[in-house]
Amino acid sequence: MVSIKTAMADRLHLKDHFIEQRISHNRTIMAIFFTLVLFGILTSRLFYLQITSHEHFSTLSQNNRVSVQAIPPTRGLIYDRNGIILAENLPSYTLQIIPEQTKDIDLLLEELGFLITIRDIDIKKFNKEVRRKRRFEGIPLRFRLTDEEVATISVNLHRLPGVEIKAQLSRFYPYGKETSHVVGYVGRINEQELKRLPVTNYSGTNHTGKLGIEKSYEALLHGQVGYQKVETNVRGRVLRVLERKNPIPGNDLTLNLDINLQKIAIEAFEGKRGALVAISPENGQVLAMVSMPDYDANLFVNGIDSKTYNALNHSWQRPLFNRTILGNYPPGSTTKPFFALAGLELGVIQPNHQIFCPGYYQLKGKPHKYRDWKKWGHGKTNIEKSIVQSCDVFYYDLAVQLGIDRMHQFMTLFGFGQKSGVDILGERSGLMPSKQWKKKARKQVWFPGETVITGIGQGYVLVTPMQLALATATLANGGHLFQPQLVNAIQRKSDPIARHISPQLVHDIPIKNQQNWQQIYHAMTEVIHGSRGTARRLNKSGLRYKIAGKTGTAQVFSVAQDASYKASKVEERLRDHALFMSFAPVKHPRIAIAVVVENGGHGGSIAAPIAGKVIEAYLQQFTDKQLNAPRKTKQTPAKKNKPLKTPPKHTLSPESTAEINHNEGHYG
Amino acid sequence: MANQNSSNNLLFRLHIDLPLLISLLTVIALGQVILYSASGEDITMMQRQAVRIGVAFIIMLVIAQISPDRMCRWSPILFIVGTIMLLAVLFAGTVSMGARRWLDLGLFRFQPSEMMKLAVPMMLAWFLSRGSIPPKNKHLLISVFILITPVLLIAKQPDLGTSLLVSSAGFFAIFMAGVSWRLIFGFLFSAVAFSIPMWLFLMHDYQRQRVLTMFNPESDPLGSGYHIIQSKIAIGSGGAFGKGWLNGTQSHLEFLPERHTDFIFSVFAEEFGFSGILILLGLYLFIIFRGIYITSQAQGTFSRLLGASIILTFAIYVFVNIGMVSGILPVVGVPLPLVSYGGTSIVTLMAGFGILMSIQTHRKLLAY
Repeated sequence: MVSIKTAMADRLHLKDHFIEQRISHNRTIMAIFFTLVLFGILTSRLFYLQITSHEHFSTLSQNNRVSVQAIPPTRGLIYDRNGIILAENLPSYTLQIIPEQTKDIDLLLEELGFLITIRDIDIKKFNKEVRRKRRFEGIPLRFRLTDEEVATISVNLHRLPGVEIKAQLSRFYPYGKETSHVVGYVGRINEQELKRLPVTNYSGTNHTGKLGIEKSYEALLHGQVGYQKVETNVRGRVLRVLERKNPIPGNDLTLNLDINLQKIAIEAFEGKRGALVAISPENGQVLAMVSMPDYDANLFVNGIDSKTYNALNHSWQRPLFNRTILGNYPPGSTTKPFFALAGLELGVIQPNHQIFCPGYYQLKGKPHKYRDWKKWGHGKTNIEKSIVQSCDVFYYDLAVQLGIDRMHQFMTLFGFGQKSGVDILGERSGLMPSKQWKKKARKQVWFPGETVITGIGQGYVLVTPMQLALATATLANGGHLFQPQLVNAIQRKSDPIARHISPQLVHDIPIKNQQNWQQIYHAMTEVIHGSRGTARRLNKSGLRYKIAGKTGTAQVFSVAQDASYKASKVEERLRDHALFMSFAPVKHPRIAIAVVVENGGHGGSIAAPIAGKVIEAYLQQFTDKQLNAPRKTKQTPAKKNKPLKTPPKHTLSPESTAEINHNEGHYG
Repeated sequence: MANQNSSNNLLFRLHIDLPLLISLLTVIALGQVILYSASGEDITMMQRQAVRIGVAFIIMLVIAQISPDRMCRWSPILFIVGTIMLLAVLFAGTVSMGARRWLDLGLFRFQPSEMMKLAVPMMLAWFLSRGSIPPKNKHLLISVFILITPVLLIAKQPDLGTSLLVSSAGFFAIFMAGVSWRLIFGFLFSAVAFSIPMWLFLMHDYQRQRVLTMFNPESDPLGSGYHIIQSKIAIGSGGAFGKGWLNGTQSHLEFLPERHTDFIFSVFAEEFGFSGILILLGLYLFIIFRGIYITSQAQGTFSRLLGASIILTFAIYVFVNIGMVSGILPVVGVPLPLVSYGGTSIVTLMAGFGILMSIQTHRKLLAY
């Protein structure tokens, strides 16, 4: 019984067991099949990726990791004539933070604040940038770290995740203030420039010349870009250099400028507004070029803040305005030696010509009185006295005899009314009027009265200090008009020898009679050395040489017909400009100078002493023999040189560039 | 021979299955080799992983000592505790990386969903082994309910990868119990039939978009597609023989994301190429076949169902991870078993192999 029961139960169990075994067997085979299908799918997929499409993915992988980077060339350096550096590249360190690699930015900033000075404005700027940056991009927090700060950060770098110090070269001007109007400055490339500059050569470059030498010699200073093929990770960090083509550094420039002379000239201005240009009459080299007030060019290199910029830009003293080539001033009496020479050379007056000066001049049949600065007149006045004491009536009369067109013609020979061609961009041309000019520009006929006042350098006549200096040099050297040159030599880094720029002679003025020129020189010498000369205070005892010159006082404010001009009564900004043109030594001119002091008053007392100091400083380097050896009277000192190919001048419309440049300089 | 027999005997008494042990150790060793490369030669990372492997091994050995009968008895308790913990996670879990998966137990953080990878098949094997084989429809319905509850709880965390693995573990347990094909196809058909109206009428546009990008990540190259594109480049550029160990550019230059965890296979494929992959897949296949063999030899329904579920889920693990990184499956966050860096997955896996070893070594040895 029991056995049957258990046997039945066993059978039942056995039956179940058999069914289960069958199912188990069946499903195990299914499981194996299922596994093989899955692995078959995987194998074929991987075969497709790794064998069939290997080429395709291999290329993609290469493109992923290799990128080409531009290596910007090192910008050329700028030296003064004695090899003193005026523009250099200094390593500058920037502290950057990659937010993705930091845990708590605020904490990090606080911690950095303990180590180095971080101003609130730095943090403000940083936070502004964080919002618009790309992933894994470093954001600058502090520029121009000092060596000490770099050391402090470097030591603590391990506990400052996400912080990095980036080294780059930054332009620096050791004489940023003194040379701002000559050397100019570089600044970050803006959108307009991006369109104009060659794209490839400027990949990797952030800065370009904005003003002065930095701008006009940009092509030479910049150099040729180099490349490197690098392996990068996903963040673009360079891990390995695969291939490299070195950049060609920019050319070094040596200027004709003498930085010490420049400094002396700036000091001589004693804070007054104005301009000074000193040119070597022997070859047109620009020795000093000062526009006051000046400003520190270094402010503009890495972006000037808007507050400082606005202060500079809106100052009534206009420090950003380069008066040497942009300032148009009435030349006043400084034109008198030129007109006297014109009269002599054109045969309008004789060497012994003499007039009587009653203190005023009247055109025939006209009631209008043209006043002399000396109310009671100079009396009998010959050429010498007209220059030494600056008699106006003499020149009213001479101008009428010459006529405006002959005056225009003669003055043009000395460079008046034309761009001097100095090698910085944006120069103004001044103005030497003629009948034709007035018809064209003003659509009016020329009035005889306008000829009269042109005779004393008033009316329409305008000169830049650069033009006046150049005309003085041309007068001093016997009629050789040079193109003023700031750059003396261009040195390629690979060349041992620099290429010198030879003097650029524009033309020689035909000389009728050497005696006429000597007579003018003599009169101009008496201006300083004569007992009644308008600049006699320059005549110091023990001077090793003689100085020739001519003072000028240019009217800014018209005085009513019967009133007299009283400086003290007129607001400073409407006072007369003081001018002085000069060259020395008379026997062998080595320096020609033009000085303008805005609203300075009288040329002899204000402008002349500035020129005197510069002349004295410059001529110190010469021996007595060199100073007093008679000049070579060769008519043509050099062959007419072909124009230089190198300086990329006047690529923009020059009238407007200066103002544009200043606007461009703003990156607040 | 005698020597081998005696050592076999010793291992048997220690409840260790030698072929499984050796193949597991080989894959783990290979995993450590590639982890060294994928981690950017990070020794501390290696050490940490080695500690986890050690802990996982001990857990495997301990579990291997427990007889399947005892496991069977514990199954319901384990399942209930696990489900309660899943509920606890839902209400009081720790949020990390946008998902609520962890339970903070003071001493350590614990991922209940990981435990359910084993608890769910155990529960199902326990339940199904009590009834007849093949199971009656009523029992099947209850089984589906047992499976669905934790899967939904895990999917809600959200943890798509784990819920997928848990559901496949449950599915295989039911499958091995002998569900008729008619029912399986019927279920699949109704699932498709159900999803069509859901797709058409119930889902929002953005949800549809999300599903579409999940299945075609390349349509979003800057977002989720980026990972897959870079991973395919890594695998494809490996070629037949690979770029060589430590020379994978995609991984070492950090183009490859998650390269020491979910995407470690791409590093392997890039550095060892197709030939290396065949070896790795061969090892996986060996482990799976050994597991299926153990299952087929198992005594008792519970052991058979549980063993089959564990080993087939392991196969799914491998398939989903490699399918995911090679761009034939959506990215759901399943690590490469035994190779990917990370603690919980390897502990669960080794516990599973401990169960298989227990099944193999607790047989009543009639033959001897």
